[in-house]
Amino acid sequence: MSVTGPRLQPTIFELGRDGRGGGKIPHPPADALDRLPADARRSRPPAIPAMNEPDVVRHYVNLSQLNFAVDTGFYPLGSCTMKFNPKLNEWAARLSGFADLHPMAPDEVAQGTLELLWELEEALAEISGMQAVTLQPAAGAQGELTGILMIRAYHSERGDTGRTEVLVPDSSHGTNPATASMAGYTTITIPSASDGGVDVDAFTAALGPRTAAVMITNPSTVGLFESRIGELLEAVHAAGALAYMDGANLNAIMGRFKPGEAGFDVMHFNVHKTFSTPHGGGGPGAGPVGVGDHLLPYLPTPRVLRADDGGYRLERPDERPRSIGRMRSFVGNTGVLVRAYAYIRAHGAAGLREVSDDAVLAANYLKHRLADAYDIPFDRPCKHEFVASAATIKRETGVRTLDIAKRLIDFGFHPPTIYFPLIVEEGMLIEPTETESVETLDAFADTLIAIAGEAASDPELVRSAPHTAPVKRLDEATAARHPNLRWRPMAGAETPCPD
Amino acid sequence: MSVPTDLRYTRDHEWVRIDGDEATVGITQYAADQLGDIVFVELPDAGRTLETAKSFGVVESVKAVSDLFAPVGGEVVATNDALSSGPELVNSDPYGEGWMVRIRVEEAADLNDLLDAEAYDALVAAG
Amino acid sequence: MPYGPHTSADRERMLAAIGIDSIDDLFADIPEALRASPLDLPPPQPELELASRLTQLAARNRTDLVSFLGAGVYRHWSPPAVDQLLLRGEWYTAYTPYQPEVSQGTLQSIYEYESLMAELVDLDVVSASHYDGAAATAEAALMTCRATRRERVLISRGVHPQYRATVATYFEGGLQLDEIPLVAEGAAAGTTDLDALEAMLADPANPVAGVVAANPDFLGLLEPMPRIAELAHAAGALFVAVVEPVSLAVLAPPGSYGADIAAGEGQPLGIAPQYGGPFLGILAATEALTRQIPGRLVGMTTDLDGQRAFVMTMRAREQDIRRDKAASNICTNQALLALAASIYLATIGPHGLRDVAAMGAARAAELESSLAAIGVRRVHAGPYLNEFAVGVRDARAVHRRLLDRGFLAGLALADAEPDDPTLADALLLCATEVTTSADIAAFVAALEETMKESAPPLVTAAEGGPR
Repeated sequence: MSVTGPRLQPTIFELGRDGRGGGKIPHPPADALDRLPADARRSRPPAIPAMNEPDVVRHYVNLSQLNFAVDTGFYPLGSCTMKFNPKLNEWAARLSGFADLHPMAPDEVAQGTLELLWELEEALAEISGMQAVTLQPAAGAQGELTGILMIRAYHSERGDTGRTEVLVPDSSHGTNPATASMAGYTTITIPSASDGGVDVDAFTAALGPRTAAVMITNPSTVGLFESRIGELLEAVHAAGALAYMDGANLNAIMGRFKPGEAGFDVMHFNVHKTFSTPHGGGGPGAGPVGVGDHLLPYLPTPRVLRADDGGYRLERPDERPRSIGRMRSFVGNTGVLVRAYAYIRAHGAAGLREVSDDAVLAANYLKHRLADAYDIPFDRPCKHEFVASAATIKRETGVRTLDIAKRLIDFGFHPPTIYFPLIVEEGMLIEPTETESVETLDAFADTLIAIAGEAASDPELVRSAPHTAPVKRLDEATAARHPNLRWRPMAGAETPCPD
Repeated sequence: MSVPTDLRYTRDHEWVRIDGDEATVGITQYAADQLGDIVFVELPDAGRTLETAKSFGVVESVKAVSDLFAPVGGEVVATNDALSSGPELVNSDPYGEGWMVRIRVEEAADLNDLLDAEAYDALVAAG
Repeated sequence: MPYGPHTSADRERMLAAIGIDSIDDLFADIPEALRASPLDLPPPQPELELASRLTQLAARNRTDLVSFLGAGVYRHWSPPAVDQLLLRGEWYTAYTPYQPEVSQGTLQSIYEYESLMAELVDLDVVSASHYDGAAATAEAALMTCRATRRERVLISRGVHPQYRATVATYFEGGLQLDEIPLVAEGAAAGTTDLDALEAMLADPANPVAGVVAANPDFLGLLEPMPRIAELAHAAGALFVAVVEPVSLAVLAPPGSYGADIAAGEGQPLGIAPQYGGPFLGILAATEALTRQIPGRLVGMTTDLDGQRAFVMTMRAREQDIRRDKAASNICTNQALLALAASIYLATIGPHGLRDVAAMGAARAAELESSLAAIGVRRVHAGPYLNEFAVGVRDARAVHRRLLDRGFLAGLALADAEPDDPTLADALLLCATEVTTSADIAAFVAALEETMKESAPPLVTAAEGGPR
């Protein structure tokens, strides 16, 4: 934070002045474009602002200071695993050998990266208990689509075409049902059990010859391990369906539970969660997918192969004729995967198990600390995250979870995930991660308890929070009713830039 | 809360005003309040035939989305174009300018399944 | 654990507070039969050793080659300001701006990105980003189906083969994708076959939702985009233009020729090749399609005090709210790469971007004429910007031998388009502003020597003869 505190910034469009900038690359010959047909040429240049580099730097540094980030403070955003992002990994991804390698360069000039990717596939397979892993999907949601399309190919190749439904619990991430729809399936939503987890009996009852797959998050989105998962997986397979595991919560169970060993057929990893690749303000991530034996033929192409001579190469499409095909261009978000590889190698087996142990310990400790001030809807040992609720506070004071979240900002904390999963009234999903000290956990707990007290003594103070952020609460209704999605000079005239 | 007594209601919080063989449909004040600031209403094109109790559109607020269910089947004869530029009318005047579609009723018998104001009030009160 | 803060005393204190003896107690809910076998991974490495291992791996990649390889991923000068600004933890260790009061940096940067891209493509609505050019193209194709309620899309074989493959995968859920052939010979060779397109659009029993074509196309050629747009619209279909953003500094933008949707790869805007990602999927559309565009959107609004501010908007279209009825399942996007592209554009500036495009065109022309001097000629006759295919006998072997001489001779097209006999002996070569005249001279000399080594004399398409 700067000495005077972060201030709102003009847009780059207000900062540009004709005539500024330049000096970056040599001037091309004046006739460079004369050989292009006139009707292929652009008639009006794009209105990109002309700025000099010092102004650009200052603009983006000042803008960055309006952000809360893991590097600035505690960010217990449930379901997102906002752990520390090691600096070594940023350094490694920027090594010229990794950063400057063209994705269509021949295998023989890409041996370092191919070896790294191959080792990462092996490590992820070991961590998950799966037979093989593809690194191609660009994000968890794309991993889900990859997995469900493989399941579709599996059923269809067996001539089992009557399977049109995917079962998901109502507590699932929204990506699960959205993925099922993208893959051409109908989503059947199964209400959760009273403990917030999968209602195994309801699932079993819904299984049948129309079921293509079930999608389960384990630990669940309320942070609880699904203890009856073995029973459920048996029922799924007995019905001829396959089981997809949403691996968003893998940070809780490394070294303790391998989904592949337990009987899941396919799962995705969110490397930007479990393996600490940075979240980047929304992305990039990467969403590798692991599969059991029977889905191997359908993995996306190309895979990384190790030859008998110890060299590495990319598979040719004709080597996996039953593949679902490509999910994206090239082999994957390799730059992200370099970071994930470094993270896994820095930890080893014992380190990864300790990561999960400490993540779970921290969550249980924090849950314990908050149990007197907040409702804890599912009061048994949690995994890496837990749900607290302000339902009682709301009934007694009118202060909602949203208000408490905003008030946390005044004390220098990022709010938890709120109102997710949808099954908990006034819920907040709190995920401390393993990289936060007990002092930080205590400070956060003390603050949440103090805010509960404020809700009783001065509810308006909480309802009008945040008070110290660069902006107050926003007019989201107008933003959606009359969207302004791009800069136009007139927009500037209507809403003058901040001084 | 009291609701207009001259309308009929569904359990999904739509209201219906019957005028001859035409029915005007909207959502109740209660539903609008529960959704919060409504930002978008997706309605069927005129001429489409709706089936009783089937989804015919969507209403979106800032952070929620809800299907609209046809209280009664029939052909859509008009939709409220004003909602495309002014979805806030559903919040400010749900029973008036915030109406959504007008239907030529084909299954008049279905009207008997709708709630009267008293029954709807009781439904809402029961939460 | 290298990054964990807990001392054994800390752990003891937490366990005592919870009232348990061992962390194992917290995992008692995993049934015995389902507990994991021991993890078998290489031992942990201290930072120094790990750094050394990573350095060795990186060094095994040959990024020292003088490269003429483009094919969808382009080397450009990225001002160091871009990467140094990205390295600020406030950018890269934040997540999706769910809490706008503490995310105005990310939100404003996305709004600026949307605005900059809208300028480049000349369309009004720009998604906050997709995974890459291929995924953005697939989402664009799906958009055309939603918007028209039709289920068939035509994609030109001039679109990058990996993009076509990706769209095909996304269509596995039950939509139909047909490829429009390229003109085989003559002045228009290598561009979309308009007669074939017209015929494909004319089937009343199988109406087309969208037509997808790229400019420049995969072979570097300029496509008749206005004409393709006309044909698509005449059949009630939408037109998706797949574009390369740097080229838009000098080439007609999608909005100018009637494209309804633009998709493309943002990598050339300051983003390193990174063996394929993370990249930046550009997706933009006309205002009429605002509701159909998948992914996040950021809009300008005000706060309670009336200050200008930015917020994610039209959220109820997205998967976390609309679930199975969402337009797409996208959640995590490429926000950091969108930021990189914005900083790149701000730093390089409007004249700089034009110079980048024009310098690439100039270097490519220089490459073309230098190659012609040794008898290596283009495969196609049509205009190109900065990438073109040349006929080289035994192209794959020549490409391989040039690696030993320190050159990456573009792409052997037979590897990318094995089904196209006109490309069996061709190299796809590209030049950008980082290509120097010295690089070109050295490459052409090396190519000439390499071809002499491979005994039979060169026969180019222009000279006719067997291929």
